[in-house]
Amino acid sequence: MYKINPRQLRMRYFKEKCLRVLCVLSLLISLCFLITLIGSIAYKSIPALTTSYLTIDVSIPATLDASKDNGRNLLRNAIFQLFPDTKTRKKKKALYALLSFSNETQLNTIIRNNTEFIGRTIQFKALLSDNSTHFLRKLDNTNDVKKITTKLSTYQQSALSSLYEEGYISWHFNTVFFTNGDSREPENAGIIGAIIGSIYVLGITLLISLPVGVAAALYLEEFAARNRFTEIIEININNLAAVPSIVFGLLGLNLFINHFSLARSSSIVGGLILSLLTLPVIIIASRSAIKAIPVSIKHGALALGASPVQVALHHTFVLSLPGILTGSIIGMARALGESAPLLMIGMVAFIADIPRTITDSATVLPVQIFIWSDSPERSFEALSSLASLILVIFLIAMNAVAIYLRKKYEKKW
Amino acid sequence: MNEKEKKIKIHVHNFNAYYDDKQVLFNVNLDIFENEITALIGASGCGKSTFLRQINRMNDVIENYSCDGSIMLDSETIIGKSIDVVQLRARIGMVFQKPNPFPKSIYDNVAYGPRIHGLHKNKTDLDRIVEQSLTRAGLFNEVKDRLAESGTSLSGGQQQRLCIARAIAINPEVILMDEPCSALDPIATAHVEQLIDELRKKYTIIIVTHSMHQAVRISQRTAFFHLGEVIEVNDTKALFEKPKHEQTLHYVTGRYG
Repeated sequence: MYKINPRQLRMRYFKEKCLRVLCVLSLLISLCFLITLIGSIAYKSIPALTTSYLTIDVSIPATLDASKDNGRNLLRNAIFQLFPDTKTRKKKKALYALLSFSNETQLNTIIRNNTEFIGRTIQFKALLSDNSTHFLRKLDNTNDVKKITTKLSTYQQSALSSLYEEGYISWHFNTVFFTNGDSREPENAGIIGAIIGSIYVLGITLLISLPVGVAAALYLEEFAARNRFTEIIEININNLAAVPSIVFGLLGLNLFINHFSLARSSSIVGGLILSLLTLPVIIIASRSAIKAIPVSIKHGALALGASPVQVALHHTFVLSLPGILTGSIIGMARALGESAPLLMIGMVAFIADIPRTITDSATVLPVQIFIWSDSPERSFEALSSLASLILVIFLIAMNAVAIYLRKKYEKKW
Repeated sequence: MNEKEKKIKIHVHNFNAYYDDKQVLFNVNLDIFENEITALIGASGCGKSTFLRQINRMNDVIENYSCDGSIMLDSETIIGKSIDVVQLRARIGMVFQKPNPFPKSIYDNVAYGPRIHGLHKNKTDLDRIVEQSLTRAGLFNEVKDRLAESGTSLSGGQQQRLCIARAIAINPEVILMDEPCSALDPIATAHVEQLIDELRKKYTIIIVTHSMHQAVRISQRTAFFHLGEVIEVNDTKALFEKPKHEQTLHYVTGRYG
């Protein structure tokens, strides 16, 4: 009988232990990265969650002509009433600049929809400008007003501080962010335009690339003869999956906009380009899902007299559906995070309107993040962080759906 | 038994089969009689499975396969491109080595054949076909309360009987069985063998088996294949007790090697 060398045995166990520790370490490192990433995005996005409002009494004279836009004058008068000592034009202008411009249209709409307010004094929550909000946020954290770096003048600072102390200003959840389209002013900028743009683009991508991709995969796996031609197709599909996405953007620019004259920056063009990008991913995922179906099932159906198309539709397709869906969702998640090819077709333009149709100019979440991170105003940093967080939440949700579908429809044989 | 009284169901004459240039079946001549169980025995790789799969044209899915000669099912040829294999396979059912129920409900497994061939008039008719097939496969009493459960949740022996029920649901004339018991334990095997014996009354059965005991137990005729040739065909009893060829003798007595 052989005797095992005890030193060698100890060495073996030691090596095993080392390997295990290394594996756990690498897992921990990647976890750390993930936590740092999500944590820093979440931390930076906190300021974007709240915004400040000034509660002021707006007296609407009975002689008001409701068909005209009166918001500006009414608001100016309302804020000047709070500071009766302010006389010079410059100071008045500075005082009014504490408010956001969007209040004017807001007030106009309120008056137009509620004509009974005419001749009365109403309480109006006016959104403060980004600079004001920024200053107030700093004021909350410090005792020394002089240390705060702000674009506000000393007069504006003292006015705002006194308003804050007297309780005219309140903090609210930033609903504007979730109901508005993009804007040049951070306090009015919202994500909904980009979200709807993303939904349109992804919807078009899914509608085009899923049926085409699955049909192509089924054909290649089930019906196509194995010859040089199908081999070339196979290699090309694999190559397409590795093509940098910006190249697809150039292709789309040339093909869809220059050649087919589709609307620039529209969701339809974005969707078409992302379909091209997602198609190889879906084909490859679907093919491997189809390949995993045991031959015995197909033979069982064939032996019962099912035609090849019946076998493909009743068995192969149905059984590979969870795999196809998982692969497609992961492909779609990639498309959701894609920005480079969409820059090429002008989805990077400043678009304040929320798109209504697929031919309207639109932007998508990652491009919106790109636009905001490129803007000079400080508050856009928090906004782009919050948008990133929303994007990450969407991605996690999509992947969770993929895992759920795989677990639910997984079949055993 | 007088052979002249029995009706020939499948007549094989000078049949050859090839994978690319390699010939795997040489001049096979064989008659399969109606309502009999014919066992095909022989060592692995002797071509008996290829022969079996030729009868319902399952070899068509193999790209480099080719064949010549003649195989007649009731005086109709089943060789050649002009044959509608879908119709042929509706007449010739098959049960595989490994039970391969579809990952669908027990009911849908059995109902699949009738559905694709449109054999039923309505839902009650389909229910009747399913119940009848499961009963004939000796499975109905075991599964009648869980027809909606997945076919793959059954035990191995039950799965194989489900596959038999699935095959007889379209009422074929011939049933091919490719080592149907090799993946089953002895008790399940006994169950399936008993079932096969009962099915003989209604169907013609060809069974490939590696177990000579099984061939003796269930078959009426046996064909011994060796290296792609049919060495000997005879009544099972005669073939095992008084083999005419030395190779057959060696194989059935276990001296082959």
